[in-house]
Formats: sequence, structure tokens, C-alpha cells
Amino acid sequence: MNDKRKGIQRAKRINTAMTAILYLIGGSILLLIFVLAAYIIIKGLLSYYPGILSTDRNGILNQLFNTIYLVFLSLLISVPLGVLAGIYMAEYAKENKLTRFLRICIESLSSLPSIVIGLFGYLVLILMTGANWNLMAGAITVSILSLPAITTTTEDAIRALPKSYKQASMALSATQWTSIVKVLLPAASKRIITGIILAAGRGFGEAAALLYTAGQSTRLNWSNWDLTAKTCPLNPFRPGETLSLHIWLMRTEGSLNPHSEQIANFSAMVLVIMVLLFSLTARILSNKINSKKTGLKE
Amino acid sequence: MSDTILDINKDNKEENVKLEVNNLNLFYGQFQALHNISMNIKANKITALIGPSGCGKSTFLKTLNRMNDLEENVSINGELKLDNTDIYKEMDALELRKRVGMVFQQPNPFPKTIYDNVAYGPRINGIKKKAQLDEIVERSLRQAAIWDELKDRLHKSALGLSGGQQQRLCIARTLAVEPEVVLMDEPTSALDPISTSKIEELANELKKKYTIVIVTHNMQQALRVADDTAFFLLGELIEFRDTKKLFSYPMDKRTEDYITGRFG
Repeated sequence: MNDKRKGIQRAKRINTAMTAILYLIGGSILLLIFVLAAYIIIKGLLSYYPGILSTDRNGILNQLFNTIYLVFLSLLISVPLGVLAGIYMAEYAKENKLTRFLRICIESLSSLPSIVIGLFGYLVLILMTGANWNLMAGAITVSILSLPAITTTTEDAIRALPKSYKQASMALSATQWTSIVKVLLPAASKRIITGIILAAGRGFGEAAALLYTAGQSTRLNWSNWDLTAKTCPLNPFRPGETLSLHIWLMRTEGSLNPHSEQIANFSAMVLVIMVLLFSLTARILSNKINSKKTGLKE
Repeated sequence: MSDTILDINKDNKEENVKLEVNNLNLFYGQFQALHNISMNIKANKITALIGPSGCGKSTFLKTLNRMNDLEENVSINGELKLDNTDIYKEMDALELRKRVGMVFQQPNPFPKTIYDNVAYGPRINGIKKKAQLDEIVERSLRQAAIWDELKDRLHKSALGLSGGQQQRLCIARTLAVEPEVVLMDEPTSALDPISTSKIEELANELKKKYTIVIVTHNMQQALRVADDTAFFLLGELIEFRDTKKLFSYPMDKRTEDYITGRFG
């Protein structure tokens, strides 16, 4: 009897201790993120000077635009491909050697160093095509990097759904594809969007893969809307330096620029805020659509 | 086959046969799950399938709308006819499932609104007009005896309903496709007694318009709702007769042992 009571008390003590430890770990992660963000934002604000938010040589608006445009282009490629690949892996692939091999490929792709993918992009999209550095090449390279994340989250999201959804749909005389489009994808959309946000984050932050693909220069003429012109902002086949690459450049070769440190600090702040805004909007939007479709209030 | 007691088939001739099964065998790979099943399921009646777990009653039910097509390694031989048309050889599975709907053991509404759940079947079959969909949704929910409970919350999530309501919603969703036969796979096993009795009343009401085949673990339920009852054991159909006769004068020793609770 006494032994039993001792055992219970011991279990309770361990439970309390573990709860405290877990809270501590969670708290320190939060603190770390908060301190880091605060540091970057404060340093960025202190580095402000008039003209930094311009399209001049010392401004970063062009790079900001390039970043958003490049992420947009890369999502245009990686989202349809990744979601379709995820659907294939979850719904169509049979458990066999080929599928296992595919899965290994996807996993290794996700752990390849981005500079390797960047050089691959340079080789295939720049050298072999004889093109100049361009945003499209950068976007394709970033899509290769983000494809595994989208594929895996889509597959996992669909697999996590109750089998009964598909059964019910099929029993109502739907085809497999109809069931996927009308029932499974909407039900999995929240998790898939998380994967897309992660993939987009990759695009925002990527530097190494863009070094030799999207290029390190930006010369835009904001009054030129001829899509084939080298200086037209919307021409996807022009060179376009992104913010993260700009930060790296300002800290290395670009340090000849008297403002280089301020530009780097301020760019870092803008980048952090942009990623935050992007995740927030994506989540709010997906919640809105979701609650409207399912009738559930969040 | 010769030892199956099928006195039901004698008086069948006059009555309307909806589903005719002849010498049906079903295999999961090498394993034979159904042995030589033959039975006639009558139109506008409730037919119950009873038997211990693993006896093949649910497997048999799934052959009737070809839901086991979705599983790998299933092979079937024999004859299965809906209104004299062979459902495996002469009919498309999608066509069949429009005519033979199914309600599952666990209520399985989609994570959509109540309205969208019921409208799902008509929509995938090409009905787009709102007025027409409204009409179908209301009619189906009325048939499932749940319209009054739900009419004010059609655009709320179906997942917020109680288990019993969800199951009646699933029945409404099945009816919205306007099937001729409704298969029910232990539809009340996850529900409380009050919801169960509502589903049973509903089944009784529905047989005026539909042919119903219900798998149940609950012998009292079979006795309460079914016109005919089939007893399955180890993949064989042991006895298939009028429910009252089967329960009062079981002709096979195994049936008697089962319904008196000696095993299963």
C-alpha cells in the first residue's frame, strides 16, 4: 500500500517537473524569436535614411518588388506541381519499389544544399539556354527547392483525412478525381496552405540559389511597361536581385557603397516584416474561405 | 449451398425481386470470404443481414453497390442482378451507385455545411440550379425526418450535429441522389438508443419508396424492423426467411444457437 502511494507521488513529481521543463523550452523558443525579431526591427529602424524606400541606387524598393515577384512566379510553378505530386503520392501511388524510391528522392531533394540547386539552375537555365540571368530562372530554381515541402505536406494532409470522406463520396457515385477535388482537397486545404507558406518563406529568404540564376543586378524603369524590355519591372526574363541577395551583397562586395550597412539592416527588417505579413494574410484568408465553406466559425 | 434454408424463395415468385444473387463467391486474395451466396432481396422491404463479426455480412453488403471495387485484391464470381441487369457485367459502377446508395456504420458527413452535404450528390451529377438544389435538399431532409431540426441551420457545419443527427443527415445525403436501394451498414451501432429508434422508424417509413438492406449486430433490431432476415456464418448464408419465422422457428441448428445467444 505504502509502495503504491510512493509510486504515485513519484509519478506526480516527474509530471510536474516535465511540465515545467516543457514550458521553459517553449518559452525560450518564443523569447528567442521575439528577441531576434526585435533586434532586427530596431536595428532596421535606426538605419533608416531618406531615400532608402525609393527605386534609386541607394533605395531598396526595386529589390523588394523583385522578391515579391520572384516568390509569386515560383509559387506559380511549385504550387500546382507540388499539390498534384502530393495527390499522386497520397491517392494514386501503389505501395511498391517505385513509390518508395520516389519518396527517397523527394526527401533527399528537400535536404540538398541550396547552392547546389543554384548551380544546377545556373548550368541548365542560364548556360545551356544561353540566357542572361533572369527572374524566371531564379523562380524555377526556387521552385525546385520548395517542391518537396509542398508535395510532402499535401500528401500528409490528404492521408490524415478520415477514410470515410472518400468512401462517402464514392458511394454517392463520385469518381476518384471528383472526390479528390470536391471533398479531399477542401478538407485538407488548411494544412496544404501551411506547406505553401513554408515554401514561400523559402523563396523570400533564399540567396544562394539565386546568386547565379536571378542575378545580382537590378535596373528598372518604372515607366516602361513593354514586357519584352530589359528594364520593364514585370518582364520575368530580366535580371532581378532580391532582398536577401541584396543584404548579402551589401555585406560583401557592395560594402564600397557608403550606405551599405544601413541598407543591409533596413532590408533585413523589411524582409522579416514581409514574411510575417505574408504568413498572416495567407492564414487569415484560408481561415475565411474555410469557415465560409464548412460553416464552422473559427 | 444445398444446406441453406431458403423457403423464402418459394413465395418469392409473386413478389417483386429487386436484387437477385446467384452463387456469389468473393475472395480477398486467396482467402474466400463469401461462399456460394444465393438470395433474392425483395423490393420495398427491409432485409436484415445478421451474424457474428467476420461472418461476411458487411462484405456481402458492399458487393451490392460495388464498394469493394475500391479495395485491392478482391475478386468475385457469380451473378448479382439489379432489376435483371447484372451489376458487375452489364453496369457501370457509377451508374450502379446512383441507384444503390449506402449509409455507413460511423456517421460520415463531409466537413461542409449541412446544405452542401445533401447537395453534394445532385451537384456532382450535374444539377446546378439553386432552386432545384434547394428543393432536393428540403425534400431529402424531410424524407430523413430531420428537416424541422435543421431547417434554420442549413448553412452551419454538419460536424456540429450530434451523432444521431449526423447519421440522419447522411441518410438524407444518400436519398438526395434518388436511389432505388439503400444499403445500411450497422447504421445505429455508434448511436444512443433514442437516435437508434429514430433511425429504425425512419427505415420503416423509407421502405415505402425504397428497398432497404441493413446489416445489424443487434438481433432485436432485425426483429423490430426487418421483413426478411438472412443469417450469415463464416461466409456462408445459413438461413434466409421471413424475420418472424426465422426468429420463432429457426430451421438450422446454427441459426438457433446464434439467436438464442449460444455463440457470437
